[in-house]
Amino acid sequence: MQTLVVLLVKSLVLLLGLITAAALLTLVERKFLGYFQYRLGPNRVGPWGLFQPIADVVKAAFKEDIIPQDADRLVFRLAPVLSVFVGLGTFALIPLGPPVHIGGLTIPLSGAEPNAGILVFLAIASLSVYGVAMGGWASQSKYSLLGSLRATAQMISYELALGMALVSVILTTGTLVPAEMVAYQAQHLPLVLMQPFAFLIVFISLLAEGNRVPFDLTEAETELVGGYNTEYTGMRFAMFFLTEYVAVVVSAALMTTLFLGGWNGPFLPGLLWFVLKTALMIFVVIWIRATLPRLRYDQLMSFGWKVLLPVAALNLLATSILVVIGWIA
Amino acid sequence: MIRELAKGLGATFKVLFRKRETISYPEHKKPRSARFRGRHELRLYSDGTEMCIGCELCQVACPANAITVYPAENDPKNPHSPGERYAYRYEVNMLRCIFCGLCEEACPTDCLHLTQEFELANFSRDSLIYGKDRLLAKGPSEFTIPKNVYPEFEGRKAEK
Repeated sequence: MQTLVVLLVKSLVLLLGLITAAALLTLVERKFLGYFQYRLGPNRVGPWGLFQPIADVVKAAFKEDIIPQDADRLVFRLAPVLSVFVGLGTFALIPLGPPVHIGGLTIPLSGAEPNAGILVFLAIASLSVYGVAMGGWASQSKYSLLGSLRATAQMISYELALGMALVSVILTTGTLVPAEMVAYQAQHLPLVLMQPFAFLIVFISLLAEGNRVPFDLTEAETELVGGYNTEYTGMRFAMFFLTEYVAVVVSAALMTTLFLGGWNGPFLPGLLWFVLKTALMIFVVIWIRATLPRLRYDQLMSFGWKVLLPVAALNLLATSILVVIGWIA
Repeated sequence: MIRELAKGLGATFKVLFRKRETISYPEHKKPRSARFRGRHELRLYSDGTEMCIGCELCQVACPANAITVYPAENDPKNPHSPGERYAYRYEVNMLRCIFCGLCEEACPTDCLHLTQEFELANFSRDSLIYGKDRLLAKGPSEFTIPKNVYPEFEGRKAEK
């Protein structure tokens, strides 16, 4: 009973925290994109534009909810829900800080700690393709369908390299559980130094998984109609939008956990270190968005299959050899 | 490829710390040149009389037919302007005006001029036809009534 209450409270806090972070991220991203272009970014609603996300949500809520005439209504409605579920679900596996002791209870600061750890993360994350594919298919629009096909192909391609790179991380740390990986990094070095190639591959793959610049050609607001979410309006569109920003937060949190040493750090409390490192990763994502142009579709595919996957495989091979001869343990 | 990427990222990172070019418009306005042509204004002489003498030259000069002047004869006991005539009604249709400034050039007394004001948007067409109530300057200007220019005027010649 006690554990159930703890779990419920924890889930609620994590959920609200994550959604707040994602909502703030929509503002922070626009702010920083502004700064990267000699602009100010949104600054009309509240101080520093802080209430902009609220204004955006209110606007989305008051928009007409349009379902296309020929759409598959059930699937059309299900797709954004699935997307949001997947986005929020992956966050449950990431430990935000060292376990907290309250009144004889030891509460780990993550939603769940399954034994399969990072594998569960991969399993849930690969479901995100379904939201996109279903959304595009159910819309009965050629633009949505083509956009969702592209997105699906891209997500599946980059998941391979992501998985490969994560395996080398697992080999190095000898565990699947994120919290134990953090503990390993506390004893040794942060994995970004021990596995720089895996770091880069995972980072690039996560950018591609989340349809972020320079791999955002599935949406490409500036040139295509908008990809898989073309036919969506109002809150349903907002749910897809939220998913994307949640994905950015989760990706950054995952990078922090796996490569930047998680909550470890001197002087400051663990949770704060985690937030700072995650914020740094998010900044890099925005920075890249402000800098790089969009890849062409064939470039995207050939980069994924011909560069990222072989490098990940070689990295895995090298890691295995080093583990076998005992240089890494 | 990595060198180019690093170069690009460096370029954008430098921008992050530069001065922002945005002008927060309603609070701060972009400086306008001294010759900026905005809303019209009818100046007053330093003694408070109107400089406009109702000559209609601005109306003639206007390429867009935006200006309409209804002149009338001054009452010598209580004149609106020095000389014989004044603008009884003066209307500028801001919907027609192209802000070319030809009216300003045509004005023989330097009365009509274009100010720096440019925010003229409004919700109805009627409200954009500016009458004397809005065109007349709020206070007297530096200009003084020139000597030996305006003829002596004692009232309507027909009445004498």
